Order: sequence, then structure tokens, then C-alpha cells
Amino acid sequence: MRSKESRIDFVHYSKYFYIFSIVITIAGIVALAALGLNYGVDFKSGSSVDVKSTKDLSAQRQEIESYLQAGEFGKHNAPTFGDNRMTIRFDEVLSQSKEEQLKTDLKAKFDPGSSVEVNTVDVEIARELQWNALKAMLLACIGIIIYIAIRFEWRFGLAAVVALVHDAFIVISVFSIFRLEVNLPFIVAILTIIGYSINDTIVIFDRIRENLRFAKIKTFKDYIKVVNDSVWQTMTRSINTALTVLFAALALFIFGSESIRLFSLAMLVGLFSGAYSSIFIASPLWLLMKKNSKSKPASAGNPAAS
Amino acid sequence: MKRMLAFLIIVVVSFGVIGWTSPALLDKTRLGLDLKGGFEILYQAKPLNEGSKVTRESLTETAKSLEKRVNKDGVSEPEVTTEGTDRIRIRIAGMDEAKEAKLREDLVKPANLTFRSAIGCAKEAGYCKVELTGSDFKEGGASVQRDDFGRYQINIKLKDAAQFAKVTAEVAKLAVTGNNQLAIYLDENQLSAPAVSSTINSSDAQITGGYTQEEAMNIRDTINLGALPLKLEVKYTQSVGASLGKQSLDDTIFAGLVGTIFIVLFMLVFYRVPGIAASVSLIIYTWLLLAAHIALNATLTLPGIAAFILGIGIAVDANILTAERIKEEMRSGKSLLSAFRAGSKTSLRTIIDSHVTTIIAAGVLFFIGVGSVKGFAITLLLSIIISLISNVVVSRYLLWLMIKSGKFNKPGYYGVKESEIRAL
Repeated sequence: MRSKESRIDFVHYSKYFYIFSIVITIAGIVALAALGLNYGVDFKSGSSVDVKSTKDLSAQRQEIESYLQAGEFGKHNAPTFGDNRMTIRFDEVLSQSKEEQLKTDLKAKFDPGSSVEVNTVDVEIARELQWNALKAMLLACIGIIIYIAIRFEWRFGLAAVVALVHDAFIVISVFSIFRLEVNLPFIVAILTIIGYSINDTIVIFDRIRENLRFAKIKTFKDYIKVVNDSVWQTMTRSINTALTVLFAALALFIFGSESIRLFSLAMLVGLFSGAYSSIFIASPLWLLMKKNSKSKPASAGNPAAS
Repeated sequence: MKRMLAFLIIVVVSFGVIGWTSPALLDKTRLGLDLKGGFEILYQAKPLNEGSKVTRESLTETAKSLEKRVNKDGVSEPEVTTEGTDRIRIRIAGMDEAKEAKLREDLVKPANLTFRSAIGCAKEAGYCKVELTGSDFKEGGASVQRDDFGRYQINIKLKDAAQFAKVTAEVAKLAVTGNNQLAIYLDENQLSAPAVSSTINSSDAQITGGYTQEEAMNIRDTINLGALPLKLEVKYTQSVGASLGKQSLDDTIFAGLVGTIFIVLFMLVFYRVPGIAASVSLIIYTWLLLAAHIALNATLTLPGIAAFILGIGIAVDANILTAERIKEEMRSGKSLLSAFRAGSKTSLRTIIDSHVTTIIAAGVLFFIGVGSVKGFAITLLLSIIISLISNVVVSRYLLWLMIKSGKFNKPGYYGVKESEIRAL
């Protein structure tokens, strides 16, 4: 019935994609081990001051820096300037009086119309949130495996979870390698990526399940054909869905506020990885597990048998 | 014709309702701190006396009295919540900086009024034993009075005269060593240390110390702000300038609009007739999600907006899946109506499986997550459920109406080329 056949042998090429993913994963592990993540203020005790001004403050760079020196605010990065914005990162938590002093002085000396955002965090809380998110993700993965094992079979569940862990890890690796700052919204971005990755993978698995029902499986080659056809049949949908979500994430990256820019970047990387892994990693992985379990022909768990 | 009319009426009426109610809905949406501005403090509670424990009751009592303090300053809707066994989180949205500084000071410095004695203390330890704490005094019971010589003093009322009698009796016994003072502390500041020479069987106590009227009144106000049953340590504070929060929101809404317009255009160009149904239901979906947030009194934060976007992605995916399936069925030579039926049926199972899997993940995040993880999960759960309604029920009904109207019979309207259609 589904006569649209694949013109590309995805399964055959999958070993190159495995190699590609493994290389990135190893690079990520090395980067994580050697450099760790570039934690932002959420994970380092300290204060980050974000100033929104009515005029461009970068012209007064010198004055601002000498003011900060004279004001004894402790060690801090040189202020970074954006579009009517300025960010200063202090290595130590500003006391309340220092914070007030900074706010009033910035208004009085540099820009009366400025508005100031001060973020101070106790590392403990951020770490706790990180662990909490990790724990929640682990349990969510177990839940996903159980559900897919009931509706499909356990190999699909395992392959889907490997794909989503892969996506999360790719994003973490990219942030580690390029030294991008990791803050609390990063955790949320990872969650979003995982949500997208599952959705993407399930659709292809669903098609494999459906095609298996109509396929006459005699040799392992028939499995390969089913996977290739399923991936090909869902290709338009995979690309189009990825494109639409990409529109949303890209709009957020370009037009969204400064505070969620890195968040949108994490989403963008994750979306690419999610679309890639569900096509090139998840389905071939299922096949691989199927192959290893197939010591005898006419394996169990083949829906065609029913 | 009738069906085309029904389709048009549904579209016009729903867009009318959306256009008419959206400004009010946006107005009513409760925005989180990151979008609206305001501040957030997380306290860790510790017992006043070493060795005792933070109980559930004392934690809630502390939270309640913190809430009272915030409300006293005329701030609307502070959010005071207890977390875990020993934490209290306060969120106050939309307040100006001057007010914030004052309130923060009041909150950060919770006045712990204590009476301490030197019973059982080493010589250099001073008054190390806490005899009476915040909860032993009557709430709001402090007042300023003048003694017989016209000096200002602060009167405090105790809840239990018998308890005061017991404490003073013990302290009076130390008269022989000269350590028979009952020192009065506000936090770690000693206000006075009057000597107790005999048992005082009264519910009144005085703080004297040669205060000016202003000083006395300040101390009275600090005491009356509430004696907290627990000691609080600031763990985390975040403050967002209101205009900065507004800017973030405007930027994010603009980005969302641009993204939505692109998605709608893409759907219309690529999927034609099913794209129209998808676009209409996508707009209805966005409106329903906003309405659901208000109905549940949920707060919309930046992580929530992230979930919102993921939700739109999943919603569009449901439409794409259906449209692609219909295309496939049409290519295999089925008639338009039977292609619609078959395509809807087969894609429904896919949609349900992918939605349920996401619901499981979001559900786990909701029950286990805290803070922004939970906020993300709430919006994601809502968006998946609403996506199922809008993209399965609404979208399909609209498409069915259009197909049945007989005005869109050409395969080209569904993105299928005539040459692709094979004979059945």
C-alpha cells in the first residue's frame, strides 16, 4: 500500500552519522572534562547588573569604569555595551547598600532615565535546580521508555531516549566548546529540546510500526527496507515541522530580548540536532538492536506476525 | 454552499471574539517577574534557638507574617510560598524602585525581639540564653510612652504573664552574682539590659534607654512589623526593573508575532487548503492557551513562553502530519473525501502517541520540578491538551467543511500535482 519507496539508503549511511555523532560526543566529553561549562551568574555567586539606558552609554566607558574603580564595588568584568544597554558582572555579591548606591549613582551621574536589573544568586539554589531538572529528566525518560514499550516495543523506547539524550548532550557540548554562558534558562531550553526530539522521533517510529504491519519480513534486508521507506515517507513532514519550529526559534533569537538570546541559541542548536537524530540516529539504532536480538529468524515482537 | 457559509461564519465569529477579547485577556494575564518587573527573595529559615527545629507550623506562621508585612505597604498580590521544609519564597511583581528598597529592608531585616539572660553562661559569653522570643509577645503590642520623668520608653505586651513571672524569678536569683539582668535584643542589637531584682508578675515590659521620641517610635515600628518565629537568611534575590521587564515582554511578543506570521505564510503556501484550516486553528489555539492561563490563574514567565513556542511547534506538527497524510492518500488515487477520512484516521494515532509521550515528560517535570522547571511544565501541559483540541477537533472540522463545500476539489489546492496521482 505504501508504495513510495526510498531513493536513499539511510541505513547504509548511518555508520557515518554514528561516527559523526560519536566524534561530537567525545569532543563534548573532552571539552566538559577539560573546560567544564562557562557558568553564568546563576551558577556562580556574584551579581550581574543589567542597565537599560535612554542613550548610548558606551561613549562614557572610561568614566563608568573609573567610577566603578573608585566606588570599591570589588572585582568585576569590564562593562559590556549593547544597544542602549550595559552589563556589568561582579565577582562578589553586592551588598544591598552597594546595590542602592550603584542604582542611584548611575542615575545621577550617567543617565537619569536608566533602569537597572540586579541578579544575585546563591549558588546552592541554582545547583539544586540543576539537580532537580536532571532528576526530573531521568524520570521522564523512564516514563517515556515505559509508554513506548507498551505502545510500540521497548527497543523503540530505548532508541528514542538515546536520541533525546544525544540532542541534549550536543547542545551542552556546543555550549562547553564555544564557552557560551550557561544560566538557568539553559535548563529550560534543554527541556524544550527534549520535548521536541521525542515528538519528532515518535512520528518516524509510528511510521515504521505501521509499515511493519504491511511488510512481509523474511530477511533482515526487509527490515532495512522498512526503515528506509519510513524515513523517506516522513521526510517532507520532518523537514517542514523542523522549518516551522525553526521560524519560531529564529524569530526569538533575532527579535527576542537580550536575556533570552542564549536561550534561543540553545533551542536552535537543539532543533537541528533533534531533526538530525530522529532521522539518522534513532531509526538506525532501533534496527541495530533488532539485528542483535535476531539470532533466529522470524523474531518475536514482529507485528507482522499477528 | 451551506458548508462554505458555515466555514466563513466560524472563522469570522472566532476571529471577532479573539480580536474583541484579546486586549482584555493580555491585560489580565499574570506575568512573572522576568516579564513584568519586581523582585523575588528566597529565605532559608533557621530556628531562633540552637538545637530546636523548624516546624511546619512555625514556617507557615513566618510566611503569614511576612505576607502581612508586604501587604501593609499597600502592594497588590504578593506571592508568599513555603518551599520544602525550611524555605520561604516571596515574589512581588510590578513595584517601583523606591518602594522596593524600603520593603526589601523591612523584609531582609526581620526584627527578632528577644529577652536574654546570662543563666548558665560563661563569663565572656554575655547574655547567651534566650528566654523569650518573638512569638511570646503580643502582635502589634508595642507602644511609646513617657515615664514619670518625661523620658520616652517603649512598652511591650507579653502573651502570658505567668511565663514572664517564671523567667524573671529565675533571673532574679542571679542577683548575688550581679548578673541578674534581662537583656532586650532587637536582632543582635542590645537595646537595654535592666536588672531584675524580684519576680515580675505582669504582662507588661518596658524598654528604656534615654531615647528621643523619634528613636522610640522607630523601635516601636520595627517591633510591631512582626516578631517572626524563625530567623531568616537570604538565599537568593532577584530584582528586575519594571521598564526592563516591559522591554523584554515587548521584544518577546514581537518575536512571537513574527514567528507566527512566518509559520502561517509557510502553511498557506505549502499546504494551501489544509493550510487555511491549520492557520485558523493555530490562531484559535494561541487564544485558548492564553485564556486557559487566566482561567487557571497561572503566571506566564519566560520559560512559559518557551513552552508556548514548543506548543506551537507541536500544534503545527499535528497539522502537517494530517495534511501530509491526506496528500499521500490522494496520490494513491483516492477521492478527496476518502483521502481526507483515511488521512485523518491514520494521522490521529501518530498525533496521539506523540502528544501522550510529551504529556508524560511534561507531567514528570510538573510533579518533580521546582521554580522555572515547573513553570515550563505547566504551560507545556496546557499547550499539549489545547493543541489536541484545536488541531484535531477544530482544524479537522474546518477542513471537512471546506472539502464538503465542493469549492476546493482540485488536487492543486492540497499541494498535490495531477501527475503524481496514480490510478487506484
